[in-house]
Amino acid sequence: MSVQIDDLVRTTGEWMRGSGPESDVVISSRIRLARNLADYPFITRAATNDRADIERTLRDGVLKLVDKLPVSYVDVSKLEGLDRQFLVERQLISREHAESEGARGVAIDEGEQVSLMINEEDHLRIQVLKSGFDLPAAWDKIDAIDDAIESQVTYAFHQRLGYLTACPTNVGTGMRVSVMLHLPALVITRQIDKLFRSLQKISLAVRGLYGEGSQAMGDFYQISNQITLGRSEIELVKQVSEVVPSIIDYERKAREFLVRESKQNLHDRVSRAYGILRTAQTISSEETMHLLSSVRMGVNLGLIPDLHIPELNQLFIQTQPAHLQKLSGAELDTSDRNIERARYLRKHLNSAGDGHAEKN
Amino acid sequence: MKCQKCDKPATFHITELTGGKPKELHLCEEHARDYLNENETPTEEPSGAAEALAQQLAGVGKTVEQLDKLDKTACPICGITFFDFRSKGRLGCSHDYVCFEKELEPLLTNIHGETAHIGKRPKRSQGDTDRLTELIRLRKELKTAVSNEKYEEASQLRDQIRRLEGDRK
Repeated sequence: MSVQIDDLVRTTGEWMRGSGPESDVVISSRIRLARNLADYPFITRAATNDRADIERTLRDGVLKLVDKLPVSYVDVSKLEGLDRQFLVERQLISREHAESEGARGVAIDEGEQVSLMINEEDHLRIQVLKSGFDLPAAWDKIDAIDDAIESQVTYAFHQRLGYLTACPTNVGTGMRVSVMLHLPALVITRQIDKLFRSLQKISLAVRGLYGEGSQAMGDFYQISNQITLGRSEIELVKQVSEVVPSIIDYERKAREFLVRESKQNLHDRVSRAYGILRTAQTISSEETMHLLSSVRMGVNLGLIPDLHIPELNQLFIQTQPAHLQKLSGAELDTSDRNIERARYLRKHLNSAGDGHAEKN
Repeated sequence: MKCQKCDKPATFHITELTGGKPKELHLCEEHARDYLNENETPTEEPSGAAEALAQQLAGVGKTVEQLDKLDKTACPICGITFFDFRSKGRLGCSHDYVCFEKELEPLLTNIHGETAHIGKRPKRSQGDTDRLTELIRLRKELKTAVSNEKYEEASQLRDQIRRLEGDRK
C-alpha cells in the first residue's frame, strides 16, 4: 500500500481541524516515542546495508499490522525535495529526516494522526498528533501502537536504563510529550520571555513551530518535557498536562487585558492584518504567518465575525512554501511564490464573507 | 492551594531540580516572579545540550593522559570511540550504554537527574540481548571481510549470522 503525496495536498490532517479541547489556544497535542532495533547499530554507525535492513525490517513489521494499524507507507528516499518539504510542513516527518540520506521512510494513517518515521535519529520514531489539548488520548493511542510494533520486532532495551536511544537525552522512556500553543497576546504584552524562563525552571523545553532550532513563527510555541529517564510515561504526560492550563489561562488573561485596556488598538491591529492579507499582491511566508496570527486571535475574540478557525489553521499550512507549490502545481522561486501566496490568500479570504470558503 | 508566602492562590507550581533532591514550591504569580528572578541563571542553549554536556563532563576529574586514553577507547561492537561520541553527542549502538557505562552516568544524572528507568517495559521477553548485540558485531566483520576480499571468512561469518538470526523468534 502506498500513498500519493498529491492526494494529501487538498486534504488537511485531523490535528488542523481546529477542534478539540481548548482549541482557541492549543493547536495540537503530540507524543513521540524513540525506539531502536536490538540487533542493529544506531544510525550514526549503520552502514548502507544496515540502514536498508533496518528500513525493511520495520516496514515489514509495521505493514503486517495493517488490520490493527491502517497506515500507508512512503519511501522518503525516493521523494523529490519538494515532496519531502511538504511532509515537513505537514508535521509528518522532521526536517532532519527530510534532509538526511539513505534508506528511510514514513508510515502515515489516513487522518494524519499517526506517523512512524523509520531511520530518523533513531531507527523508529512513533508520533501521535491530536487536535487541541488531548494528551491522555494521544498517550493511549501511542501506547497501543508501540505494543503492536513491539510484537513484531525486538527493541533495544536495558533492564536499568529502559529504551536505548542514539542520544542519551532520550534514553529511558524515549518519550517527548509536547503541546503546540498559539500565544499572540503573551507576545504582544511581552510576557513570553518570563513564561519561558519559568518553564525552563521546571525542566520543560520551548521550541518553535517545526521543533528543535526552528523560529517561533506566527506566535506558535511547543512546550515539551526534557527529562525522559526516571519518570514514567504517565508522569511525563501529567507534568505537561498540569502546566498547560496555567499557560492557557495566562494567554486568555493577556487577551482580556488587551481587550480591556486597548480594544481600539487591538481591533485596529487585527483589522489591518486582515486587510493586508486580503489585498496584498506579493507576500512572504513570514509576514503571512505574522498577520494570520493576529487574525486568528481576532477571530477568537469575536473581532472578525465571518472567519472560522479551521479555515485559518488551513491557511497557516497551505501558504507554506512546499504546500503552495504543490497546490499551484508548479515549482516556483521565492518571488513567484510570494505572488502566488498573495493570490491564494486573496481568493480564500475574500470569499470567506460569502459563507464557506471554497476549497481551492 | 494557597501561595507558600502569602494568602493568594498559588498559580505557579515549581519543581526545583538543581541541588540535591527536587524541591516543590507553590506560589502566587508575584512571589513566583520574585523567586524566578532571584534564581536567574545564565540562559542555557537547549539545542546541542547533549554534545556540550558530553564534552564537559567526560573530562571532569581526569588528567590529560587519562582523557586521551578514554577518547581512544572504542566499543567492541560498533567501533565508535569515546571521542566520536563526545564530538557528535550520538552513540553508535546499544552496547555503548554498557561499555561506556561509567562515563555516561554523570551525563545521565546531569540531563535527567536520575539514572534508572521507571515506566513501560517491552511485553515480550527480551530474550538473549547478548546474541542480538553479537549480530551487530558479526555484520560489521562480514562487511570488512567482503571489502578485504576475504571470501572464506565472509562465508563463515554469513553462516554464523544466519544461525543467530534463525534463533530470533
